Amino acid sequence: MSRHSDAVQAESDAALRTRALESLLVEKGLLTTDIIDRVVDRYEKDVGPLNGARVVARAWTDPDYKRRLLENGTAAIAELGFVGKESADIVVLENTSRVHNVIVCTLCSCYPWPVLGLPPGWYKSYAYRSRLVREPRAVLREFDLHLPDSVEARVWDSNSDLRYMVLPERPAGTEDYTEDDLIPLVTRDAMIGVANIESPTT
Amino acid sequence: MTRGIDRKIADAEQESALPRENGELLFHAPWEARAFGLAVALCERRVYEWREFSATLASRIAAAEKENDPSSYYARWVASLEKLAVEKGLVAREQLAAKTLEYASDSHEDHDHGHA
Repeated sequence: MSRHSDAVQAESDAALRTRALESLLVEKGLLTTDIIDRVVDRYEKDVGPLNGARVVARAWTDPDYKRRLLENGTAAIAELGFVGKESADIVVLENTSRVHNVIVCTLCSCYPWPVLGLPPGWYKSYAYRSRLVREPRAVLREFDLHLPDSVEARVWDSNSDLRYMVLPERPAGTEDYTEDDLIPLVTRDAMIGVANIESPTT
Repeated sequence: MTRGIDRKIADAEQESALPRENGELLFHAPWEARAFGLAVALCERRVYEWREFSATLASRIAAAEKENDPSSYYARWVASLEKLAVEKGLVAREQLAAKTLEYASDSHEDHDHGHA
């Protein structure tokens, strides 16, 4: 069998195995279909990068909040109602004119779910996981992010107990913006650290 | 510079690229969503700690990458989930195999129902 049809077969096997596992767990009374529906629903509808965007916009407009966020990310994020159930702490890393932070999970796909939702496909790819630590600048260039030599690139490897989120630099030309004005400017990629936030005036 | 500027990582595996109001489409087949929901629901039921699931998944991914196994992320996720469900005594390996076989033969008999 070709490698491609092997892969197709493996996918349909995985679908059947998932169905088999779900029905056995339901039969045994360990879970209900409703409980699983609710989990999926929550991650498809409620938990996503908009949560992180609100955290970033709050930090940009409220210096006290920003201080709390950098001191204890988990607690400051929970203040806005975003709480994870996987009991992992979130550490927030501030980008400055001298330091650019970027996150990865080299072993699997650990990611700050409460603020960013589930990771994009490329975050889980072997290429990103294996190369970012080794050659961050080259990887960032592939995202069209060209760091000047004067900026240090720092890579943070997440794990199941500790997850990271990047606080991007507030773009120029937004001095008069309110928190609500700022939220739409904040992108998922900027909170991972593979992008900066463009100034809306340029 | 030998390495040209391209976007091979950024453009790879765009399985989750469709926009959503708060994020994006997360799963490219319904079974992936079920597999995700099962793993999180079992953790919320305190059947295991998330770090246990995470460690199981990480070792599965490492083994697959070492063997050049082309299986998808969620296929590895399901294999990890099965392993933990068996280890925690929720289901027996034989029960799982029998149920999977039952569904496999159903889907051969009736293709309309084979697409979960």
